[in-house]
Amino acid sequence: MKKREIFTNGLIKNNPTFRLVLGTCPTLAVTTTALNSLGMGFAVTFVLTCSNIMISALRKVIPDKVRIPAFVLIIATFVTVIEMLMRKFIPDLYESLGLFLPLIVVNCIILARAEAFASQNPVLDSAVDGLGMGLGFTCSLTLIGIIREFLGAGSFFGLVIPGLSDLSMAVFILPAGGFLIFGFLMALFNHIFAKIDENRAKKLEAEKHAKIIDKVVEEQETAEAVKEG
Amino acid sequence: MEYLMIIVGAVFVNNFVLSQFLGICPFLGVSKKTETALGMGFAVIFVMGIASLFTFIVNQYILIPLELEYLQTIAFILIIASLVQLVEMVIKKFSPTLYSALGVYLPLITTNCAVLGVALMNVKPIYAYTLGQAFVNGLFSGVGFTLAIVLLAGIRERLQYSDIPKAFQGFPITLIAAAIMSMSFVIFSGMI
Repeated sequence: MKKREIFTNGLIKNNPTFRLVLGTCPTLAVTTTALNSLGMGFAVTFVLTCSNIMISALRKVIPDKVRIPAFVLIIATFVTVIEMLMRKFIPDLYESLGLFLPLIVVNCIILARAEAFASQNPVLDSAVDGLGMGLGFTCSLTLIGIIREFLGAGSFFGLVIPGLSDLSMAVFILPAGGFLIFGFLMALFNHIFAKIDENRAKKLEAEKHAKIIDKVVEEQETAEAVKEG
Repeated sequence: MEYLMIIVGAVFVNNFVLSQFLGICPFLGVSKKTETALGMGFAVIFVMGIASLFTFIVNQYILIPLELEYLQTIAFILIIASLVQLVEMVIKKFSPTLYSALGVYLPLITTNCAVLGVALMNVKPIYAYTLGQAFVNGLFSGVGFTLAIVLLAGIRERLQYSDIPKAFQGFPITLIAAAIMSMSFVIFSGMI
């Protein structure tokens, strides 16, 4: 597979949040503001890329029977690293992500990619896969975060939009709003992907028809040629 | 009285799934049928209770005296993973009926963030839980999870027979049902 294909696979086609529906806990919990979502997304991207590289490099050394505990241990190490870094350099974000930062360990995206991709592919491909999946996750999270912050607090990345903050609907900051926005967005993406598939099927059908017509015409022409000949 | 507060808090006010967003993956994934939801729920209660006990002990008597608190995440996930494996083996040996009911769900629980979540929450200095309180909190957080997942499974069984727009079928309508459930659980907030 080409590197670009691997990259866009995670970003769009198999988007972890909307297509694979993995790692839903942080998707709902930290998306109350756009900034938190972005921070969480980058933390997951970091852990995912690093653990993918590490697991891919060690894929021939780790015995098959104990691979899951080994993967979890590698992931937990990188999570501890990012936890310490954030605590030191961005303490505000560290505070607001709270419990969900250590919980990256049990984020199913990371273990799923380790199991499905990194343990079977070379290092560079795995790194690209981690980056693509991580950025796909970040984009989805930020999208949800922007919508929830806009509706629930009337602001955009912390900047208060004048006039709108008085009309804010607090329910979108509450857990219920998280479920609601996530559900509606997923329905929207389902619809878009269904439309794309439909169009592609139609196109294929049309091409098939065109081919058949060409064939028939060709056959007729050869038949005529044979007759004349 | 303190224990009662913890129980009500864990089951209703701070329901793990509906107000803290922990354990959403199994909440969405294993809630198609009421029976499987119940099986998963009991397995989670079981593991969360035991995990709270063990992680609290390890934190209190090993990590804190040695000033290794930064290893909490790694230590806890290892404890939970090995605990789940151990519980599975013990149940398989001594109670085949229980194993046939819970067996399939046990390996899934290792990556359930509710278990690691409750373990990490129990040792937060602000709560200052004792060992007994941590155990009760773990156990009843599991009960809260079971309540939520069984309720959702009931709704999803009904939803199968309704006419839902194509784009909303599957996860989206489940999420919206969960949103309405979560709204009704807001009633409990401020009770404690």
